[in-house]
Amino acid sequence: MSSDAMAIRAAETTGRPWVETLHEWVITVDHKRLGILYILFALVFLVIGGIEATLMRIQLIRPHNDFVSPQVFNRLFTMHGTTMIFFVAMPVLFGFANYLVPLMIGARDMAFPRLNAFSFWLTALGGFLLYFSFVGGSGLYGAGNAPDVGWWAYAPLTSRAFSPGHSSDYWTIAVLVSGFGSIGTAINLIATILSMRCPGMKLSRMPLLAWLSLVMSGLVLITITPLSAAQIMLLVDRYLGGHFFDTQAGGSAAIWMHFFWIFGHPEVYVLIIPCFAFMSEIVPVFSRKPIFGYPVMVGATVCIGFVSMSVWAHHMFTIGMNSYSNAFFTLTSMIVGIPTGIKIFNWLGTMWGGKLIFKTPMLFCIGFLFQFLIAGLTGIMLATAPFDWQLSGSYFVVAHFHYVIVGGILFALFAAFYYWYPKITGRMMNESLGKLHFWLFVIGFHLTFDVMHIPGILGMPRRIYTYEPGRGWDTSNLIVTIGTFVQGIAILIFVANLVYSYFKGAKAGNDPWDAWTLEWSVSSPPPAYNFATIPTVASRRPLWDRKHPEDPDSRYE
Amino acid sequence: MSAITTPIAQAPGDWTLPYHGKVAMACLIIAESAIFTIFVVAYLFYLGKSLTGPAPREVLQTPIFYTICLLSSSLTIHFASRFFARGKRGAFLGLWFLTIVLGALFLFGTGQEWHRLIYEHGLTISTNLFGTTYYSLVGLHATHVTVGLLMLGIVLLFGLAGRVGREQSARIEVLSMYWHFVDAVWVVVFTVVYVIGR
Repeated sequence: MSSDAMAIRAAETTGRPWVETLHEWVITVDHKRLGILYILFALVFLVIGGIEATLMRIQLIRPHNDFVSPQVFNRLFTMHGTTMIFFVAMPVLFGFANYLVPLMIGARDMAFPRLNAFSFWLTALGGFLLYFSFVGGSGLYGAGNAPDVGWWAYAPLTSRAFSPGHSSDYWTIAVLVSGFGSIGTAINLIATILSMRCPGMKLSRMPLLAWLSLVMSGLVLITITPLSAAQIMLLVDRYLGGHFFDTQAGGSAAIWMHFFWIFGHPEVYVLIIPCFAFMSEIVPVFSRKPIFGYPVMVGATVCIGFVSMSVWAHHMFTIGMNSYSNAFFTLTSMIVGIPTGIKIFNWLGTMWGGKLIFKTPMLFCIGFLFQFLIAGLTGIMLATAPFDWQLSGSYFVVAHFHYVIVGGILFALFAAFYYWYPKITGRMMNESLGKLHFWLFVIGFHLTFDVMHIPGILGMPRRIYTYEPGRGWDTSNLIVTIGTFVQGIAILIFVANLVYSYFKGAKAGNDPWDAWTLEWSVSSPPPAYNFATIPTVASRRPLWDRKHPEDPDSRYE
Repeated sequence: MSAITTPIAQAPGDWTLPYHGKVAMACLIIAESAIFTIFVVAYLFYLGKSLTGPAPREVLQTPIFYTICLLSSSLTIHFASRFFARGKRGAFLGLWFLTIVLGALFLFGTGQEWHRLIYEHGLTISTNLFGTTYYSLVGLHATHVTVGLLMLGIVLLFGLAGRVGREQSARIEVLSMYWHFVDAVWVVVFTVVYVIGR
């Protein structure tokens, strides 16, 4: 019967003009389509942000290069940072959460489908506004272009005197608007997870991805909002003549830093927690073992959520806080390492003694494990206030957080792409292209970001558009730029794989990985209503129970 | 593969989850609280840091009457939704209308105070740090009162048209959660601006 329904749908879609299909995608409130829209939106911005990074690396390939002007360089690093955080990482993670959470908890859609669409289009509007600044940034003053104040826009760079025109306003409003979108999606995810679970899906049986999405959304509620508040204050300063960040009138530039980093540091955890979720879903399936230490994983995540709220000022050791603040933020930053370490041991515990299958998703997961560990270690170095005084604002910091964001977040994301692509499109991604993508990307990543630590230790500051020869930075900068191109080629292979597999990939079937969560129980791609009958679950691995009625998990829980 | 489609577990007898509207409103309240926290922190941080006058002590008058209005509107909306759940339409509409009147009175009070500050004392948002933090904190709260009044007004219109039935009871509850939150925020703003701030 279901095949009849599908055949009818297929006949309908082939006979229709493309405008109608487009219209359907624009007005959609289906969580799966919105998830795909989020992911495609993020992929477009990933390419844009990647091009900006490449332009910067070409500029820095040798001393005294004049590939771009200093002004353009400032715009490039501002746009690169803002784009990658707000318009790549956030939307792609929300996209996966949107697509997967209802399927994993046995629901037919999110709790608020229209709010879901509204949130996506707000994010899209934010991305559009940010890039519209290239056209509209000059405003009536004929000054400025794209935002050039850095992704954290420290005061007083954003004051009218130093940022005439509208470029900073485009930055502010783009971030504010996409922030409202994020809050909407976070509210939606929490309401979905708490109120829409299928019968039997107790909180203690929820897939870890749903649990971690819950924690991530909770974190979004209390971390994006301080940024929104600070952006409103900045708008008051710029448009109504307020003095929040105006040091000439008694205002404080340091309080902007506090407000920004109260958002900025938990934001890292907002981004990494969904990646922990991908790891926790993919590693067990490719180790053929249930996740090791499920309750501890949940506890550690909640713990990370709480502790991450009290570490922000480790970004500000160099502004001259008192020794108690320095000690406090050093200590809390180190404490975050404990629950994170627990997670790494749990993934290792899952792999230990398992029957490992080295398909592309698993390769990226293993890459994540090693690289995220190293990123954590340089993080502990930088969390130590005296060490940070030496290296804050240097390329060592840039290397550290790119190790987290590329070596951690992006690797986990690639794993997620290879793992769920068959569910989303109904076709497998090409395995040889996938392996080529993985190895090229690993090589490019380590060429770039391992080597980048060295000029940092040798004293090369971030955000400089060029440098003097003979300081020992020349060779390492050349290698870093070469690594960037290797990564760029790997990304192109990935995009080619996405397109090629969509048309030519092997048919996936419902459950190509022999997995255990509910999204694999429906067809690929899932029907609009997800589940014909709402499933009932009795354990953490409902599909295992169905495949092995003689030995279900529910017997042991 | 056909075996996969047969669930082996039976549905548990009573499977109830919290109403999604209430969960969402609770989340919104958490998010809004974080926004207000930042504005309150800014207000407290900048107390006494203005380089020029006027200072809060010289110009602010404690709005006791309007505060009582707003806080008592929490009671009226609570009883309104109680009556609504019991199906007493007349009492519901009366108390609901009273809530709107009390909220509007509060807004009028804020407007009056702003008018006095601007025209008698020359304090605007750009005068000094006090003006900047005061108008943005109180203004943010007044914005929330305004949004709340609009939503209450919509319910009143539909209620008068007889379009609000008992099946909307949960939604009325959600709206009253928001209104209670707006009142609770005023307690904080009042304490910060009129008690600590002077």
